[in-house]
Amino acid sequence: MNRFEYIRPASVAEALAAAAQPGSVYLAGGTNLLDLMKVGVSRPETMVDITRLQGLDRIDWRPDGGVRVGALVRNADLANDGRFQRTFPAVAEALLSGSSPQLRNAATVGGNLLQRTRCPYFYDGASACNRRSPGSGCDAFLGENRLHAVLGWSEHCIATHPSDFCVPLTALDAVVEVEGPDGAREIALEALHPLPGATPERETALTPGELIVAIRLPAEAAAVSRNARYLKVRDRTSYAFAVVSAAAALELDGGVIRKARLALGGVAAKPWRAWNAEAALAGAPASVGAFARAADLALAEARPSGENAFKIELARRLVVRVLQQALEGTPEVMPALPASPFALTSGASHAA
Amino acid sequence: MSLSISLNINGQPRTVELDDPRVTLLDLLRERLALTGAKKGCDRGQCGACTVLVDGRRINSCLALAVSLDGAAVTTIEGLADGERLHPVQAAFIAHDGFQCGFCTPGQIMSVVGLLAEGQAGDDPERIRELMSGNICRCGAYRGITEAVLEAQKALSGANRENAA
Repeated sequence: MNRFEYIRPASVAEALAAAAQPGSVYLAGGTNLLDLMKVGVSRPETMVDITRLQGLDRIDWRPDGGVRVGALVRNADLANDGRFQRTFPAVAEALLSGSSPQLRNAATVGGNLLQRTRCPYFYDGASACNRRSPGSGCDAFLGENRLHAVLGWSEHCIATHPSDFCVPLTALDAVVEVEGPDGAREIALEALHPLPGATPERETALTPGELIVAIRLPAEAAAVSRNARYLKVRDRTSYAFAVVSAAAALELDGGVIRKARLALGGVAAKPWRAWNAEAALAGAPASVGAFARAADLALAEARPSGENAFKIELARRLVVRVLQQALEGTPEVMPALPASPFALTSGASHAA
Repeated sequence: MSLSISLNINGQPRTVELDDPRVTLLDLLRERLALTGAKKGCDRGQCGACTVLVDGRRINSCLALAVSLDGAAVTTIEGLADGERLHPVQAAFIAHDGFQCGFCTPGQIMSVVGLLAEGQAGDDPERIRELMSGNICRCGAYRGITEAVLEAQKALSGANRENAA
């Protein structure tokens, strides 16, 4: 780990001023940042500790039923908040399917959005990686890449975004509130993580020094709480990143889908909203046939970036299954194994 | 640069002078405060051997900067027993063979104490296993650990009932 200067600002304004210096990073939970610093991938000159900033650790409910979650709310506190879990069950389930209890106690909402890819070549300083070191190449492209992207990748970078949390958030139209040197602004979560193209080193839409202060979920996202699910296939059932994951939510009118929301995780450098599939599901009967057509549309542009063609078929099947589970209804009790395809026998008392 | 921080460690207020902000909570405990119960396994947040409680919540002490925890209360395995009387989780690990080599055990036990405080597992072994997934045991004592959690939970809820009566 390199030496750095440590600053603990008392206000957002002070934090923004401190982070205006090139080479600055914000420290919140630190679970990803410290890990990256230990392997030398992240080498900040100044660390701006935002953990003491007042008011960023609150969950505020809006009169219309929407919610604003401060950037410093810990993952565990959000996932286990009773009202949040009832209102946005797929988001809570995604959070609980990610990482370990110790890390969820430390990791924050804002940090989860800004975590870096877990591509092993990104972590290995001896490997070529355009994301870490622009222009150096991509050793993942002809390397060990069974877990890499099948959508939206380029020959410059085939990494995936690792967050579970971001997948249902994207499906539910979450908005990110940002403050920066030039004032406050909002970014749709779907626009926060650019696709790699020729500039994979541009990992977010944030400009230098900008700080995420909150995320918001709109009231419309609360309307699907009875038919919202997140499913995640992993190499092992607990404490593992997604091979492929999917979030789905349905607004139903009898046996007909009024509106569907669908997003995929583990398939691209961003949480992947399946807009074409959603459009095809709107007005369609809530049937396996319609779900299968939606799955084909969601993966229509997918292509393997290496030894990962299996992920495309896996994602198709997962889309069908998550839509079926959303149709069956949100479980009354959080499954013992959150988001696991193997969770059917435990905690699976479905709502009527 | 000198950074002075205050911590309450196992009930004792401590003021610590740090000459370097890079010191993790784990290194502070082991190298500077002679509290070597928390173990450095992977040092990357993957194995859980370094688990301690900070303000009552279990975290990986290897991924926390000590300087950032100024003012916090830290509980380590050394702070669990009441004199010669073991904490119910410690006693349950012995009763159920919840360890073999013992290297991961302080982290396992602190993680269980955190788990029981969180109150999310109930008496469902599946939930206990899932919520202990941040602690790796290379000897494979998982079955005994799960049994120990169930027994410690019973013992602690019984003690609470006695206190309430």
